[in-house]
Amino acid sequence: MASQADYRDRQFLAVIGDEDSVTGLLLAGIGHVTAPPDNQKNFLVVDAKTDTASIEAAFERFTTERKDIGIVLINQHIADRIRNRVDTYTQAFPTILEIPSKDHPYDPEKDSVLRRVRRLFGE
Amino acid sequence: MSGAGDREAVFPTRQSLGIMKAKLKGAETGHSLLKRKSEALTKRFRDITRRIDEAKRKMGRVMQIASLSLAEVTYAVGGNIGYQIQESAKSARFRIRAKQENVSGVLLPAFESYLTEGNNDFAMTGLGKGGQQVQRCRETYARAVEALVELASLQTAFVILDEVIKVVNRRVNAIEHVIIPRTENTIKYINSELDELDREEFYRLKKVANKKQRDTAAADAEMKKRKEESEEKGEENVAPEAEDSAGPTDLLAAAEDEDVIF
Repeated sequence: MASQADYRDRQFLAVIGDEDSVTGLLLAGIGHVTAPPDNQKNFLVVDAKTDTASIEAAFERFTTERKDIGIVLINQHIADRIRNRVDTYTQAFPTILEIPSKDHPYDPEKDSVLRRVRRLFGE
Repeated sequence: MSGAGDREAVFPTRQSLGIMKAKLKGAETGHSLLKRKSEALTKRFRDITRRIDEAKRKMGRVMQIASLSLAEVTYAVGGNIGYQIQESAKSARFRIRAKQENVSGVLLPAFESYLTEGNNDFAMTGLGKGGQQVQRCRETYARAVEALVELASLQTAFVILDEVIKVVNRRVNAIEHVIIPRTENTIKYINSELDELDREEFYRLKKVANKKQRDTAAADAEMKKRKEESEEKGEENVAPEAEDSAGPTDLLAAAEDEDVIF
């Protein structure tokens, strides 16, 4: 279980998504770039050319390294590319949330949390 | 049987029997309390899973509307604004804050979104044209993100509750299937050992009593026999008998006592 102090200072959201999703979410005002020395962005734009390793690296950075992120939003079709990592991720913080993208409609069957919900209800 | 089941290594004494009984009582109380906790958490858990299911579906719709409004922006601005927006994002306007909620001793975090005042990274976006669409799109996406934050807190609660319920159930089962039978076994063992000791003690006393009885009976028989013998002798010749019996009984008749020296 997460300790109490762990989520006190988690105040940002992070996005891994295609260009449209990231643009929209940035317009909502979730974008944040840390202070100049490292200039870490809390979003990653993934297109067809981005390789899986860099997605994994970003996922790793958002979930384990950075301590100021409370929610990681990830497009479902991108989550599919690192499905193993997403499925084996069991921590409560930060929360991984799979979101639909413009070109890929949302499929509840693939969502790792919804699958757990379904399994619990014995469907 | 006493030695059959799994039991704790204790000496079968009355004191440890008392301790074991207290322990059994404690275990039963704990079991019922934990069971109730588990039920309360499961109820909450089912509620949350149902809400997650709903929220996920709602999220699908909201995101669809949001991406439609983004398409409108792209059309109105007349080009892709993605690059510009990614470059101008500096400081988060939309942030989250974690609160805690207590459900039967489990702290569930809940995210709450808030807008920081004063920083607007996208003041220049859509300045040329399509400003209105950009504004609308921002509002739509802000609403979408709010829904996402709500969903995220549900999901966090789901993950934590899942974990806690597993732990509680494991404890309930451990008490029900290991600790209680074991303590009961120990109590049974101590009881049977104590009974055994009691029986042994009783048997020993009986033996002692028997032995005493037998000894007395033997002594009685001896005396009786001697008496009879002496009576028979007495009939034959009374005089020696009288001399014999008179000797020790008549203390005063004894000539002199020897001096007692301490």
